[in-house]
Amino acid sequence: MRISLGPLLYYWPRRTVLDFYARVADSAVDTVYLGEVVCSRRHELRTDDWLALARELKTAGKQVVLSTQALVESPADLRAVRRICGNDEFLVEANDATALACLAEAGAFIAGPHLNAYNGDTLAWLAELGAVRWVMPVELSRTALLAIQRQRPEGLETEVYAWGRLPLAFSARCFTARHHNLPRDDCRYRCIEDPDGKPLRTQDGAPFLVLNGIQTQSAKHYDLSADIDTLRSAGVDVVRLSPHASGTFEAVEVFAQAIAGTLTGAEAAARMNDIVAERCNGHWHGKPGMEYVLAA
Amino acid sequence: MKPELVCPAGTLPALKAAIDAGADCVYIGLPDDTNARNFPGLNFDLASAREGIRYAHAAGRKVFLAINTYAQAAAMERWHRAVDTAADLGVDAVILADPGLMRYAAARHPQLRLHLSVQGSATSAPAINLYARSFGIQRAVLPRVLSIQQVEQVVRDAQVEIEVFGFGSLCVMAEGRCQLSAYTTGHSPNTHGVCSPASAVRWEPRPDGMDARLNGVLIDRFRHDERAGYPTVCKGRFAVGEDTYYAIEEPVSLNTLALLPELMRIGVAAIKIEGRQRSPAYVGQVTRAWRAAIDACARNPARFAPEPSWQQALARVAEGQQVTFGAFERRWR
Repeated sequence: MRISLGPLLYYWPRRTVLDFYARVADSAVDTVYLGEVVCSRRHELRTDDWLALARELKTAGKQVVLSTQALVESPADLRAVRRICGNDEFLVEANDATALACLAEAGAFIAGPHLNAYNGDTLAWLAELGAVRWVMPVELSRTALLAIQRQRPEGLETEVYAWGRLPLAFSARCFTARHHNLPRDDCRYRCIEDPDGKPLRTQDGAPFLVLNGIQTQSAKHYDLSADIDTLRSAGVDVVRLSPHASGTFEAVEVFAQAIAGTLTGAEAAARMNDIVAERCNGHWHGKPGMEYVLAA
Repeated sequence: MKPELVCPAGTLPALKAAIDAGADCVYIGLPDDTNARNFPGLNFDLASAREGIRYAHAAGRKVFLAINTYAQAAAMERWHRAVDTAADLGVDAVILADPGLMRYAAARHPQLRLHLSVQGSATSAPAINLYARSFGIQRAVLPRVLSIQQVEQVVRDAQVEIEVFGFGSLCVMAEGRCQLSAYTTGHSPNTHGVCSPASAVRWEPRPDGMDARLNGVLIDRFRHDERAGYPTVCKGRFAVGEDTYYAIEEPVSLNTLALLPELMRIGVAAIKIEGRQRSPAYVGQVTRAWRAAIDACARNPARFAPEPSWQQALARVAEGQQVTFGAFERRWR
């Protein structure tokens, strides 16, 4: 089982991004997904900057994949997707059907987590279009995955989102701009003030969700570090960790050791508890996603 | 070209109300998790579906069957059976979201007309055209995320008919890509055909009002003088920073009646009314207002203005009694 680092979902200053990926180059991560997935207005790094970063990480020995924007609305969004899909240096992760259309029959690609692949017939279609790996929708359980794996086309790898706040929804509306009473078209890029998103609490004070521009995330970190055995037995080839402002590299270490077998599930969970206390794993265990099921 | 008016029906009386009030098409679901309004007491068994189709066809109208959830790998037969049933019943189209299911339908029932559901989440012409190439879909329903200019571009560049939402409850999230309900309750639109299910709702009286919880999570807190709305995850009041407000979306309804001349000018093929979970009275009232509006607009688009009586009829049944243009208008974003 290999470790991937998903695309950066937050808007960080350019320097912070470059420093972060300099550390990624020296980490135990095997595959790095790069690019802006959430909002086309973000511009601290442009496509050319992401490509330059991609080349550096490739030189450092990482498999690099360019991720496309999840919600495609405008002609400019369409052009951005076409540009990324048309690159001839790196694999691309398709995060909507627009990208799929651009990549179809043009070579290998990764079918991203926002594509809604829920069964083997869908995987067969994606494989025919050229998918070499698919990422399971975050809401699915181990039981659901086992059934899908029995129908999986030969040669198609499986990746599972295994650590970080869960990407739960996308909207045409920017919730960060809404919070600041700004229109999205004139948002003043206020999401750069929230390196881990903007926390949303219930009226009785419980952390519930996180607003990240047009994306809504879980407040808790999803964490499958205690479930390496069941991920492996479900035929998962790659576990995905999502970049966060803190804890990411420590989490990569825990996963690397759990995969190597030097940490048991319970030990991994205990280590992870020191890195981030508010965690959940309900989806994998067939429960509401926000719940945490203790390792058996 | 006059757009088709596509109306919801959760029961046979609602279907008849829609037909009687002038719907061109009615969309229905089967009573299980193959459809995205999988609520107790709602939807059509075989006998009522047959009767509904007979009633609609006798009036020269159409019936669509929504099979718009994602097929679970462990229970594919249930979704396959739903598609087979649609073909046997002689519906005029099936509304599908799942590419795996479209693949099955295209191979098994090549004569069956396929519409791409809003839950399929195709927001661009290339995306829609891919579904046309792969499965022969003949219409796509657009997610409620595009501005009117963006809809126009999709209509121009797509190889198939485009249907848009005209009225009803508003999903603020891109449809088919929202897992807020799965995160909170374990039940999601994609896999179970429900969002924020009633079984997870708990109303808790307080001295000064009422708390609405969803699987224990406090979604909203109502004072006695407030109308207590259903605790859908995205429509609660939450605290962000120092403010407590509808951080995601107010409980409002979409109403695009005033945009009708624009929608007709850009060539949308059909306008959809949301609300299979609503009463026959709602369906009849909304259908009548939209029928009158579409006919008036077709007669004289340049002089079209929504009549106060139509807007009043729609406002009476709107969720939260407020209406919005939603994403059609850039300001909403």
